[in-house]
Amino acid sequence: MGKCPKHVVHYMHAFLDGDITIEDEQVMNEHLKICEECRETFEELGQTVTLFKGVDTVEAPPGFVNGVTARLPKQTIKKGPSKWLRQHPFIVAAAMFLLLMSTSFFSSFENEQQFSFTKQPNLVVEGETVVVPAGKTVVGDLVVKNGDLRIEGEVDGNVTVIRGSKYMASTAVITGSSEEINEIFDWLWYKMKSMAKEIIPASKDQKLENE
Amino acid sequence: MDELINKRVKEVLHGNQEAFEEIVIHFQHRLYQVCYRMLNNAAEAEDIAQEAFVRAYVNLETYDQKRKFSTWLYRIATNLCIDRIRKKKPDYYLDATIPGTEGLDMYSQIAAVQKLPEEEVEKMEMKDRIQYEVNRLPDKYRTIIILRYMEDLQLQEIADILEMPLGTVKTRVHRGREALRQQMGSM
Repeated sequence: MGKCPKHVVHYMHAFLDGDITIEDEQVMNEHLKICEECRETFEELGQTVTLFKGVDTVEAPPGFVNGVTARLPKQTIKKGPSKWLRQHPFIVAAAMFLLLMSTSFFSSFENEQQFSFTKQPNLVVEGETVVVPAGKTVVGDLVVKNGDLRIEGEVDGNVTVIRGSKYMASTAVITGSSEEINEIFDWLWYKMKSMAKEIIPASKDQKLENE
Repeated sequence: MDELINKRVKEVLHGNQEAFEEIVIHFQHRLYQVCYRMLNNAAEAEDIAQEAFVRAYVNLETYDQKRKFSTWLYRIATNLCIDRIRKKKPDYYLDATIPGTEGLDMYSQIAAVQKLPEEEVEKMEMKDRIQYEVNRLPDKYRTIIILRYMEDLQLQEIADILEMPLGTVKTRVHRGREALRQQMGSM
C-alpha cells in the first residue's frame, strides 16, 4: 500500500461516513480498480462496519424503570423553592430575621429559670420571695423574675412579676402600674413595651407624668 | 418525538415526577445499551444507566431546552461510563467471591481488555467477538465507535455529545475503524 496515494484511504473513510464528493468518489473507484491491496482494505473496512452495525441491540433488564424511580430523590426538583428564594432575597431576609428574633424571644422566656429581681435598697429576700417590708418605701421600678413578690410597704414605681405571683398586704401601695406575666404573649408584649421604652425615652416620662 | 420529550421535561420541571418516568421508559434501552457496550458488564451497565437518569433528573434545570434532550442524556451517561472505566473498581476486592456463585471471584469479571490467545478469540461467538474488539480499542476511539455504529448516531450528534469539534470526531471514527479492521484481520 506504500505506493498508493494517501488521500485514497482518506476517501474510503469519507465514503463510509457518507460525506464524499462525486469527484473524489470517482478518483477512489479508479484507484480501486487498479490496486488490489486497496480494494481489499476497502472491503475489509466495509465488512467491519457492517459487522458492528449489525450487532444485536441489547435491552435494559426488566425493572430498570422502577429501579430509576426508586433512586430518584424523594423531594421534588430543587428548582421550585430554590429559584423562588433566589428571586426574593428581601422576603427571605425578613423571614430569617423574624424567625431568629422570635426564637430568641421564646427561648429567653423558656430558658430564664433563674430567680432574679431588681436590686433596690430596702428589699428583703426570703427564699424565692422578695419582700417589701411594711413601712419601707422602694423608689423606682421593681421587676421580679421566677419568684414571688410580697408587698407590705410602698413601691414608688412600676411593679412587674414574671413567672411568679404577687401578694399585696392591706398596707401595700404601688404608685405605678403593676402586672404579672405568665404566658408567652404577655411576655412578648412586655418585651416589646420595654424595648419601645428604651428606644423612646420620652414615652416613659410621659407615662410617669400621666400617672 | 423531541417535542413530546420537551413537553415531558417541562412537566417534570413543574414538579410532576411521573412525567420523568415516561422519559426513562423512552430512553432506557438506548442508554442501557451505550453503558453495556462501554462497560461490558450487565450489572455495571444497569447501575450506571440508572445513575445517569438520576443525574439527569436532579440537574434537569441545567438542561438547555433548545438542544436535543437525547444528546444531553448521552453526554451524562458516557461521562459516567468513562469515569467508571478510569476508576476501574477500586471498591471491589478481586479475590472476593461473588455472592451466589460457587468459587467465582472478581478476576473472572474484569473486562477482557488484555489480548487473549488467538485460538480463544477464534472460538468466540461473533457478538462476543465484536464486544471484545470494541473493548480493546483505546478509550477515545471506543466511545465514538459505539455511538457511531452501535447507537447509529450522526457524526454531528456525536460531536455534540462529546463536546468536541466535528473534525476531531471524524478523525477518530477513521482511526477507530481502521483499528477495528486490523483487529478483525485475523478472521
